[in-house]
Amino acid sequence: MNLTDEEKQIFCEVLAENDILRESGAWQGEDERASPVATGASDAARKRSFRLAYKGAYNFRVNGKSVGRNSTKNIDVKPKTDRSGLDITIKPGTKNEQVHIPVAISATGIKEAVYNDFYIGDNAEVTIIAGCGIYNCGPTDSVHDGIHRFYVGKNAKIKYIEKHYGFGPGRGGKILNPVTEVHLQENSEASLELEQIKGVDSTIRKTTADLDKNTKLIVKERLFTHGRQTAESIYEVALNGKDSTTDIASRSIAQDLSKQSFKATIIGNNKCRGHSECDAILMDEAEVHAIPALDAKTKDAELIHEAAIGKIASDQIKKLMTLGLTKKQAESKIINGFLH
Amino acid sequence: MLELKDISCSVKGGSRGKILDHISLRIKKGSFTVITGPNGSGKSTLADIIMGIKTPTTGKIFLESRDITNQTITERAEDIAYSFQQPVKFKGITVYDLLNIASGELIAPEEASKHLKKVGLNPEDYLTREINDKLSGGELKRIEIASVLARPAKLFIFDEPEAGIDLWSFDNLIKIFKKLKKEQKTIIIISHQEKILKLADEIIILEKGKIKSKGTPSEILPQIKGAKP
Repeated sequence: MNLTDEEKQIFCEVLAENDILRESGAWQGEDERASPVATGASDAARKRSFRLAYKGAYNFRVNGKSVGRNSTKNIDVKPKTDRSGLDITIKPGTKNEQVHIPVAISATGIKEAVYNDFYIGDNAEVTIIAGCGIYNCGPTDSVHDGIHRFYVGKNAKIKYIEKHYGFGPGRGGKILNPVTEVHLQENSEASLELEQIKGVDSTIRKTTADLDKNTKLIVKERLFTHGRQTAESIYEVALNGKDSTTDIASRSIAQDLSKQSFKATIIGNNKCRGHSECDAILMDEAEVHAIPALDAKTKDAELIHEAAIGKIASDQIKKLMTLGLTKKQAESKIINGFLH
Repeated sequence: MLELKDISCSVKGGSRGKILDHISLRIKKGSFTVITGPNGSGKSTLADIIMGIKTPTTGKIFLESRDITNQTITERAEDIAYSFQQPVKFKGITVYDLLNIASGELIAPEEASKHLKKVGLNPEDYLTREINDKLSGGELKRIEIASVLARPAKLFIFDEPEAGIDLWSFDNLIKIFKKLKKEQKTIIIISHQEKILKLADEIIILEKGKIKSKGTPSEILPQIKGAKP
């Protein structure tokens, strides 16, 4: 089959977008034809197939513009009028619904900041999936800054899944700077699963939260850097309400010459419990800096931090080798398990 | 089955000199051998050398007449299953993952459950648990043994299997060893426990890196002072 250069480019982009969707967890289908982007770069076709791939509310953003959007009876997805981004409003009492807001950048040189605000009604229980991937085959950096703010109503529960991924042969950087801001009202809960799989050249990840009475914030961060990548992960959680709790667990692997830093600050302003943990595996010549901070403003605040940085334990490798794995397979199993 | 010829092991710069000093021995196929001796006599080093975890300074190792001295741990794992004295912990690897690795293939949870039941662990409570420090020493030890029992090996080595486990689990362990013996598996156990020593076809006493004596339990047990009941 002879493709023109333009067709080849489209073909590459479609493959890249499929890869982004799959790797970022935003699409888990097996059949390429059912993928939201399988039918090519046509926006109309994308819209149609996206509707087939997802049931529920979504917005699919490709190369700086929305190529598919859907609201449901309970979840309203509206573009912002003053800047790039969305206002997503979830009705009180909404249960077992999902919102997908994947972002794919498959062209070089795109730089964007996107502001998505989520208003979660009282007693709602929803899952929000925000995969984001950059495929860069050109010489210029592509940058996506996603600023997500969650206003979680009383007694509501949210699960937020964010997976970041970068790939492509270009010299241009794949840069993702997510900002996550969580505001929890009385008796609400938020569970954040934040994952940077691979290929992101530079990231500054900032997560802040303020917790009201009897609220809970669980954060599970997984980070993998390689080459000369840099990753900075910053958390600042204010436990303002009585009996508010947080558990921030970060696991990361730094390979090659990559550099990571983890800064977690928990502020106890009331009777509360907070725990932060940074576990990092160092490989090759990589560097990891962990700076946990606890700020107890009252004697009733129970705050704990733990940090452990080191190479893969040799006894772990030996154990798996005695079970038949090669050294390389053992390392890979340990890394995959650690980041799971 | 297994033959060690003139195995020595020294630590460079170590004050102890030779950890193992010209050890030669033969382990028959289907036999149950217990290696015992005082702390620091070289028992664990010998087990590590058989598995390939440590390299001998001199000597050769033969398994079924094949020279395996230069084989890697992975290559030896095709025939040898090895239970560590100190169980290894893994963040992110579950008991089910470990049993899958040990089996050499993806096994159904029901199959993995069988291995856990053998060591007295309830699969519902443990299969999806991460092998981390939230598990007790005894639980980790039993998971370690379950992973070894899942291996399709010809030779099983257990380094102090009794370490860290409670009395009930110990009795269960004895049943496991009796079953392995009945199945004619070739077994080497490093142990100080009299109940385990009594199961042996042959007991080898190591002292200061040398074989002090060897023989049947009735020959050797009277020589051992202070063997734990």
